[in-house]
Amino acid sequence: MNNKTKKILHSSEFYVGVIIILFGLLIQMRSGQFFTGNNLVDILRSFTIPVMFCMGELMVLISGGVDCSFPAIASLSMFVVCKYMENVTTNPLPFFLVAALIGLVFGILNGVIIGKYRFPALIVTLGTSSICWGVMQGVFQSREYPLCPALLSVGKAKLLTATNAETGLSSELPMITIFMVLLLTWFILNKTMLGRGIYAIGGDIIAAKRAGFNVFGTTVFIYAFSGMMAGIIGVFRACMLQAVHPNNLEGLEMTAIAACVLGGVSITGGKGTVLQACLGMALLTIVSNSLILLGISTHWQNVVTGIIIIAGTAATAIQNQRNAKKLAVKLTES
Amino acid sequence: MNKILNKDKNLTRILAVFLVCFVLFSITQGSSFLSVSSFQSMGKLFPEFGLLSIGMALALLTGGIDLSVVYTANFCSIMAALTIKALTPEGDAGVGAILAGILVALIVGIICGSLNGLLISAVGIPAMLATLGTQSLYNGFGVVASKGSSVTGSKPLSAFISQRVAGIPMATILFVICAAVMIFIISKTTLGYKIKMMGTNMKESAFSGFNNIKLTVLNYMMIGILSAIAGIIMLGRYSSAKADNGSSYTMQAIMIAVMGGIDPAGGKGNIQGVCVAVVIIQMVSTWLSMYQSISDFYKQIIWGALLLIVLLLNYYINKREVAKAAKK
Amino acid sequence: MSDYIIRAKGIKKYFGGVKALDGVDLEIKKGEVHCLAGENGCGKSTIINVISGFYTPDGGELEIDGVSYSKMTPQQSIAAGIQVIYQDLSVFPNLTVMENLALNMELASGKKFVSKKRFREIAEEAVAKINFEIDLDEKVENLSVADKQLIAISRALLNNAKLIIMDEPTTAITKKEVRALFHVIRDLQKQNIAILFVSHKLDEVFEIAERFTIFRNGKNTGAGDASELTQEKFTYYMTSREIKETPFIYEEKPGAKKVLEVKNLNLKNGFKNVNLSLGEGEILGITGLLGSGRTELVQALFGYHKADSGEIYIRGNKVEINTVKDGIKNGIGYVPPERIVEGVFLPQSIKENISIEKWDEWAGPLGIMNEKKIETVVNEWVEKLHIKLHDINDPMNTLSGGNQQKCVLAKWLILDLNVLILNGPTVGVDIGAKFDIYELVKKLAAGGLSVIIISDDIPEILSNCNRVVVMRRGEIVKEGLTKDMDEASLAEFAVAD
Repeated sequence: MNNKTKKILHSSEFYVGVIIILFGLLIQMRSGQFFTGNNLVDILRSFTIPVMFCMGELMVLISGGVDCSFPAIASLSMFVVCKYMENVTTNPLPFFLVAALIGLVFGILNGVIIGKYRFPALIVTLGTSSICWGVMQGVFQSREYPLCPALLSVGKAKLLTATNAETGLSSELPMITIFMVLLLTWFILNKTMLGRGIYAIGGDIIAAKRAGFNVFGTTVFIYAFSGMMAGIIGVFRACMLQAVHPNNLEGLEMTAIAACVLGGVSITGGKGTVLQACLGMALLTIVSNSLILLGISTHWQNVVTGIIIIAGTAATAIQNQRNAKKLAVKLTES
Repeated sequence: MNKILNKDKNLTRILAVFLVCFVLFSITQGSSFLSVSSFQSMGKLFPEFGLLSIGMALALLTGGIDLSVVYTANFCSIMAALTIKALTPEGDAGVGAILAGILVALIVGIICGSLNGLLISAVGIPAMLATLGTQSLYNGFGVVASKGSSVTGSKPLSAFISQRVAGIPMATILFVICAAVMIFIISKTTLGYKIKMMGTNMKESAFSGFNNIKLTVLNYMMIGILSAIAGIIMLGRYSSAKADNGSSYTMQAIMIAVMGGIDPAGGKGNIQGVCVAVVIIQMVSTWLSMYQSISDFYKQIIWGALLLIVLLLNYYINKREVAKAAKK
Repeated sequence: MSDYIIRAKGIKKYFGGVKALDGVDLEIKKGEVHCLAGENGCGKSTIINVISGFYTPDGGELEIDGVSYSKMTPQQSIAAGIQVIYQDLSVFPNLTVMENLALNMELASGKKFVSKKRFREIAEEAVAKINFEIDLDEKVENLSVADKQLIAISRALLNNAKLIIMDEPTTAITKKEVRALFHVIRDLQKQNIAILFVSHKLDEVFEIAERFTIFRNGKNTGAGDASELTQEKFTYYMTSREIKETPFIYEEKPGAKKVLEVKNLNLKNGFKNVNLSLGEGEILGITGLLGSGRTELVQALFGYHKADSGEIYIRGNKVEINTVKDGIKNGIGYVPPERIVEGVFLPQSIKENISIEKWDEWAGPLGIMNEKKIETVVNEWVEKLHIKLHDINDPMNTLSGGNQQKCVLAKWLILDLNVLILNGPTVGVDIGAKFDIYELVKKLAAGGLSVIIISDDIPEILSNCNRVVVMRRGEIVKEGLTKDMDEASLAEFAVAD
């Protein structure tokens, strides 16, 4: 076996991929409905939004932080633009731009605090998250709100193709958007010095500073990117759902973190790829979407998710512990 | 006196904040803030998140975090409610049924907490991820056990929790007992000191002959018990149990623990500060509710902002103290 | 053009009221190997930070290659040919060798995008400079410390370095690797690159340096040709104390029982067939390369690892040592090598750090801490060991390395120990404090305590132990009295294959 295949066989992507395929086959055997166009489109639909959120989270995790605030930022920007811009314009683009701007502001707030003071990112983003929910519910008195016509058309454009071609994966708009978001993240992480800087910070922050990376600037960028993406994805989600649901993104931060970690992204920073985050999210989505196909009540959904998170993280943890304990003195052969 | 004040600067500071708040609220809302009924209603409200905050403080002390406290509490309260319901099909629960319910809640809390502790120490999953997993798991168990709706039928427990002893709400008394026990354990006993030492340096703790697994499991078990008691109080107050009650308490508990002087990096802080912070937060909350125009949602903004401000304050205070120590 | 790459005159740097540098001079000629020495806190790292542009000096003149600077940025310093190799090497464990080599260059030239092709070219150029053979696509975390060091050196050479500052480059690598490093340094010297070599080890200074500069408390205390140095002068410049080591003399009492006996102890991937004995009041040295099994062996005696087979006797009684608790119960104390990571609870109080092993024994009902007893006993030990501190309630991190190490000793001495194991007791400890610690250990041994010292530093072992064993590949390959041994032969035993 050459080195390259060995590396692939030992990668977490390989394992998660195998598990996804096995799981798919299992569901197919039990219900015969996994590999149907309907089911796959369904899974893809519920995969779309979370996986895009995962991209921001991925960047943050690689840098050694964590971001719990994007659901709040997404909900706030989504609600504000949908409510206050409905009579301003019929062009959907400004909606996305303004939402991105709102997200950017909160993202920068996160980035500046974490970059300057190096407080635990979990705690800081929990704080900004609370502020965002409070602003949305208190200042803007959020509630379920009908989607304005400008955005309805955006959502419809895609919905039509999805329902028309029941068997195909031709739901173009979400496909293109996901593709663009993933490509953008991949490009930043792998093809720019900024992206290398994110890995460098996650690997050794002091070394990154000495090497000449702008650590503060990069940190601000990471959280700003996560916030901005949250704003855009928030509006996008409203388009997909054809209504403004200000509260039901709550808890998605945990799903995104769990997905990244399951895929093999390191919680301590420095390691992770777009593919890993996607596979992790795919696994979580497939499992939670397939319970019904397996004849299990949806009440069990959180239990199953919890078990997957624990099992997935435990596998890595046990391996790490074993490596740490392993002694490596080369004894003379007797 | 000076010596005492210097000994625990953090506690001194937070007591000062308490006094400032108290005076400010008394001036602005005079009689309605200072009334007996206002204190009684405060006393009914703060114990549930107060206990969760103490639990969170214990987790932070070991350098970990517990994102599952709220769902442990809900799962416990659902199991207690189901037990009470099962033992009294007529709907008129007796003392025996209530005690059984409380016992079940405590056992469930111990099991949930121990599982967290084992996952973190024996398996070695980072606390944030382990409790993220169990958060989902316990929430899921709660949903399954309650079939996704709320479990009612615990009226006598409500009566017990909402009664007053010498004017003091039962919930407050439970909180004070738990807080006293935790203060004693953390500040006076070898167990508490060992937990704090382990929180600063796991490896050295192992080299000192401490059993890190045992200490971590014990610590999270105590968190589980505190969550269970919080769950019982919540069951008493709402007279029903639900899997997703009080979901904002997680963030609030972290905020209170940090505000109370617990270092999120582990090992530093004490429970006294956390208890004062709990009372401050409840006072602020009650005071704000006295202004009709301020929606409850504004509190979330304030909690979030407060958390950030407290982090910043601690940062600058520490910096100043380090500079002072260097000059010495 | 000047003959000197660096001429620093009367450099001052204050932090608040603390004078980190109080008018120091440092002159380094082009292409020379210059040694900078001094105890912790003498201003060594401050001057490095001044030269590399991270600190702006509060006074003095700084001239690099004939150009004088009043204020200098890190970028200017790099442009002038100054490169620092930090003790922690500043490499990214999660990135590949290629990326580690190329990133700094690419950043400095303001590149915004990644080009694998350019990265590879830069990396190949870098490793070629010192003929370093390595897989460029390997992750750095999978490499040895010595290889990481070579990466840091090749990286430094990319920027047309004229002066490379190496901050204690030999602390984490083995003797063999030190030789390889010196070889590289001599090669660099041939390319007219100057080296500022920060080290405490006199034998290294003799071997590699041409001139030296020594600081104490932010001031110059000595400078000159390395060939003129002697051990006495060297320590005097560093400590301003006349330090005379007294060799350890051990006289075996007739009929005394062995305190520790180890028979046929084995641990997979740790050590095999270890037989060892230790008499009362003996100081036994264990030496060998990193990875020779010496640490695994003593950790097994302490109970951190559980041996697979073999027997351990304490004062003639067979004991089972499976956990650290068992080790402590049998009177074995262990001072680990990495004090900061493994040895102390830095942010916790001195009092707690010292008294920790006695908490349970002294505790009252319900496990209440016996504060009074703790305070009295801790104060006694602070006095006994001459630990310099303000208040036993201060956190440990307010103390110097040497005093921290004394606290660690106090923690074990409170117990009635049979055997005290010191693993690298003087790493990161100043010469003065090192001397104090060894004098203390010798005094304890004279009082009947049996001690095991693990060290790389063979002269240290020879002068402080009465007996020594050498380990290689997990086995004891040589054992004998120190008075019959010399440094060269011991070193041979450790590395011979």
